[in-house]
Amino acid sequence: MSLDEPKLDLSPKVSDEVRKTTCYMCACRCGINVHMKDGEVAYIEGNRDHPVNQGVLCAKGSAGIMQHNAPSRLRAPLKRVGPRGSGQFEEITWEEALTTATKWLKPLREKHPEKLAFFTGRDQSQSFTSFWAQGFGTPNYAAHGGFCSVNMAAAGIYTMGGAFWEFGQPDWDHTKMLMIFGVAEDHDSNPIKMGIGKIKARGAKVIGVNPIRTGYNAVADDWIGITPGTDGLFILSLIHCLMKAGNMDLDYLARFTNAPVLIDEDPASPQRGEFLRDNEGQPLVIDSRTGKLAPWNGQGVEPDLRGTYRNKGVTHRPVFHLMADRYMSEDYAPEAVAERCGIPAIKIFQTAADLARVAFDQAITLDRPWTDFRGKEHPNMIGRPVSFHAMRGISAHSNGFQTCRALHVLQIILGAVETPGGMRFKPPYPKPATAHPKPHGNVQPGKPLDGPHLGYPQGPDDLLLNDDGKAKRIDKAYTWDNPMSAHGLMHMVISNAHAGDPYKIDTLFMYMANMSWNSSMNTSGVIEMLTDQDEDGNYVIPNIIYSDAYSSEMVAYADLIFPDTTYLERHDCISLLDRPICEADAVADAIRWPVVEPDRDVRGFQSVLCDLGARLGLPGFVNDDGGQKYADYADYIQTHVRRPGVGPLAGWRIGDNGKLQGGRGAPNEAQLQSYIENGGFWMEHVPTEGSYYKPFNQAYQNWAVQMGFYDVEQPYIFQLYVEPMRKFQAAAEGIGHRQPPDHLRSQISKTMDPLPIWYAPFEETSVDLDDFPYHALTQRPMAMYHSWGTQNAWLRQIHGRNPLYLPTAIWTDKGFKDGDWAKVTSTHGMIVVPVAHQASLNPHTVWTWNAIGKRKGAWALGTDASEASEGFLLNHLIHELLPPKGDGLRWANSDPITGQAAWFDLRVNIEKTEPPAEAQPNLTPIQSPVPEGPKDLAWKVGK
Amino acid sequence: MTQLPPPSAKKLGLVIDLDTCVGCHACVISCKGWNTENYGAPLSDQNAYSGAASGTFLNRVHSYEVQPDEGTAQLIHFPKSCLHCEDAPCVTVCPTGASYKRSEDGIVLVNESDCIGCGLCAWACPYGARELDAAEGVMKKCTLCVDRIYNENLPEEDREPACVRTCPAGARHFGDLGDPGSAVSQLVEERGGFDLMPELGTKPVNKYLPPRPKDVEPDINVLAPYLEPVAQDGAGLIHWLDKALSALPGGSK
Repeated sequence: MSLDEPKLDLSPKVSDEVRKTTCYMCACRCGINVHMKDGEVAYIEGNRDHPVNQGVLCAKGSAGIMQHNAPSRLRAPLKRVGPRGSGQFEEITWEEALTTATKWLKPLREKHPEKLAFFTGRDQSQSFTSFWAQGFGTPNYAAHGGFCSVNMAAAGIYTMGGAFWEFGQPDWDHTKMLMIFGVAEDHDSNPIKMGIGKIKARGAKVIGVNPIRTGYNAVADDWIGITPGTDGLFILSLIHCLMKAGNMDLDYLARFTNAPVLIDEDPASPQRGEFLRDNEGQPLVIDSRTGKLAPWNGQGVEPDLRGTYRNKGVTHRPVFHLMADRYMSEDYAPEAVAERCGIPAIKIFQTAADLARVAFDQAITLDRPWTDFRGKEHPNMIGRPVSFHAMRGISAHSNGFQTCRALHVLQIILGAVETPGGMRFKPPYPKPATAHPKPHGNVQPGKPLDGPHLGYPQGPDDLLLNDDGKAKRIDKAYTWDNPMSAHGLMHMVISNAHAGDPYKIDTLFMYMANMSWNSSMNTSGVIEMLTDQDEDGNYVIPNIIYSDAYSSEMVAYADLIFPDTTYLERHDCISLLDRPICEADAVADAIRWPVVEPDRDVRGFQSVLCDLGARLGLPGFVNDDGGQKYADYADYIQTHVRRPGVGPLAGWRIGDNGKLQGGRGAPNEAQLQSYIENGGFWMEHVPTEGSYYKPFNQAYQNWAVQMGFYDVEQPYIFQLYVEPMRKFQAAAEGIGHRQPPDHLRSQISKTMDPLPIWYAPFEETSVDLDDFPYHALTQRPMAMYHSWGTQNAWLRQIHGRNPLYLPTAIWTDKGFKDGDWAKVTSTHGMIVVPVAHQASLNPHTVWTWNAIGKRKGAWALGTDASEASEGFLLNHLIHELLPPKGDGLRWANSDPITGQAAWFDLRVNIEKTEPPAEAQPNLTPIQSPVPEGPKDLAWKVGK
Repeated sequence: MTQLPPPSAKKLGLVIDLDTCVGCHACVISCKGWNTENYGAPLSDQNAYSGAASGTFLNRVHSYEVQPDEGTAQLIHFPKSCLHCEDAPCVTVCPTGASYKRSEDGIVLVNESDCIGCGLCAWACPYGARELDAAEGVMKKCTLCVDRIYNENLPEEDREPACVRTCPAGARHFGDLGDPGSAVSQLVEERGGFDLMPELGTKPVNKYLPPRPKDVEPDINVLAPYLEPVAQDGAGLIHWLDKALSALPGGSK
């Protein structure tokens, strides 16, 4: 009625103060501005200056305020008082908690350090936690990479010195085509969204290869709804097409890869299949200037892809010739693979042609002169503007390592790695496998381990085996079962410890790993193992210590709980020694700092380890007088020296002249303050002449040494042919002193091929496909990826339910209707779950959102929460072992090269069923150590 | 009934790119966070940690599956909030004058102190863009972050709606759609931006940019040269290689 508008205050005060720290709502590690009012967190937004997110922030990041204030936060250390798994606890003091832990752990260290298994889940402090475990002396340490994406990471390191995400990214500013494989809301979160937005804005094409068309695949210009587990075959077919048409970057292959490196082809030689080497051990090529042998890295050498070497009646050919022999085979022709991959042959041809068109006809030339490691000066930088990104979808299969390798070989033959418009590494990567440590596992009671736990084996000599052939590690990493298990096998720890295979342990110590729920295959089985008792009534796994900030399902299965802080209450460093936040053009690291102090009796887990380490007298954690070396994690971050001049943080170190500098330098006790003043991060740019061709580029290599990434320049060439794999394969053929057990010979010989191959996922070769005709997958939703969303009052309203999505073929064939439920069976188990229809889906594939389902009594949720009544996990259908083969052996449901958990090999059958009252299995509620959350929320800090 | 002001020259609104929206819900939560802490009553949540959780959101993302007669099915992410219509039926229906359209810039707001929570405006809005807050009993809707866009306490670059500032994919754009020269108007022009349900005559200010055509069959005649075989097997390829490399400058031995 009235046109009188109310007078609005258009410039209200936004906050009292902005505190800049690093998000921890997932693994992406964006910079955030935390707006404070009256000393409380009022609003969180992205930090515009931050290299990772440049101001934007995803749903999780903005919902951090609900995470920080979640009612599921633990409040004090806990001691179990009821049976394990009951959730009955008593709050205790930190002194009692730490004394108890010391009492359990000290005798182990003195006599059997390996009886401690210390595994961390979504840990972002692995360079610290591994240092602690090394000091303790146990070989049994790893984080969660083994069940996440080790295939992607390890294949990248072995092939080209880094994979995607933390290692490398598409050249978003120059790429003209992006092809993504198996990417849901995987690593990394905001940068991929920003990148896709950026390239779409300029009309570049996005091709999504994924059985499921959601998220990034929904906005892709072209969707290839591949059948799960066949990506490797599809990629090798693309390679076939490109080679057959001569569409390769031959100059790049000759100069920057081992395509011209000669292979020992003498069938009588014990080194057959390895590189021909000179007296210094350098692999040899034919130098096209002389037609003679020359070391790959000789000054001025021009490696010749054609060059063969004949000696003593044997012709030794270069890697490229072996590739031609293999991939030109009609076995990889589109017509031969189309049905298996679920992709029409014409689509494979089109994709190959499109890649060639963009890579070669739309090549980019940047006017940036540079000099390579052989001293050759290049007038400019030539780019092949096709880029790729891939993650868990191709990684979490038993053929995942070889599939990831195949993808890298595709990138490399196009000349699209470290060139403009292709994929770019992020400092301190690239870093070849040979520049990483080898694995260490030698135990000496009372002493630290002989070196870092995890690394990159170069052959059978680097396996962690005892003289009797048994595994040194509880997870059997670095054994013949999975020789290149660079991230360990967290998913096998509990199963092996329970089976006493290879040995029994005393204490399981875990951090941020929800092993009794969504972080384990075979959830119900793992729960039984955690609670199983021997004939004397003792738990088979005697002691379990767990640290978590929240009342997760795993809490109930521990005997002693160290309550962690929320991410806004803690110190952390996102370190170059660990998994840094760098960009292709810049080196960067970052911190978290307590923007608020905890209002509960909780402590940052890393600070607890500083205390516990000192109580245990661990080297590195005590001073010469035996006193505690690091007061807390903040003290460690600022004062720890890993190598001369190198510590956890690279920013604002003290130079020789006493001035502050980035890179190398002495510790600075005001370093954290400098980070806080700079918005929580430090960044320094790569010199322009070093911006591309990093592994081969003298300017980059010099800068990398100056920054402290490594101590000497170490140029290298990409390994299309991975020689360490050949060494394992050769062992399986009977060569060498260290031999695999006979039952593994054929598996190793087949799967350890030094050039990428494809083989069918193991589960489908061990079950009857008529009984289990469908593939079943999970994805994390964007608003919850790598997060703990179910406890989050805002996020759980977006994804509070997870029906099993069925493709049209199954939906109509089986007569499903909206609101129906299905019985889903695998060779291992059965679940009964709600279903929904999705047309944009591979016709043989069903899927659901992962980790929506919750156990009743966990996460401070009401027992009627949808997550606890209709929510479900596919994990119940997946076993950590393959079905028994009748040989009495335990065959892991993992990649035979890295041990990566083969989640996505799962095969199922589906039948319509009467709706039960709740999703099945419906495990008994656990008693919550915290009260249920409030019924209603009306959140406002400033009134 | 409440009257609309004469159409303003300045028409602030959003342009949302359906080609780029990946459906991540970043805008939904950023909006929830800002508007809980700022304009009017907080956006409350009921059964926040138990069954049938529901809360007030000013912006939601819906996902629709589109199945063309031929070709593959597609999934469209569709963010939806108040469209700040020029002929806003939610305003004219309001019995107290609480619902109003700003004469200066066209933003549609609810003056919460005058709102009696009758819900007529939500009923009148054909887009379902208004939500009655269950705790406060007042109608909540997108304010276009009126307390951000002119806020002198914010750096100038941050004077845009929270949803736009946070959108990782850059799918949300804010500006003056009344100015044909503005970046948002240009974008609408270039990309064929459209009104949501124009037949209703509400004249929404917000515009949507359509998804680009997907799964377009490339012209195989154009692509054919890229697949022309140079060899049929490994030996043939090496023979070709010899010729190919010799043909390069300095290529012959």
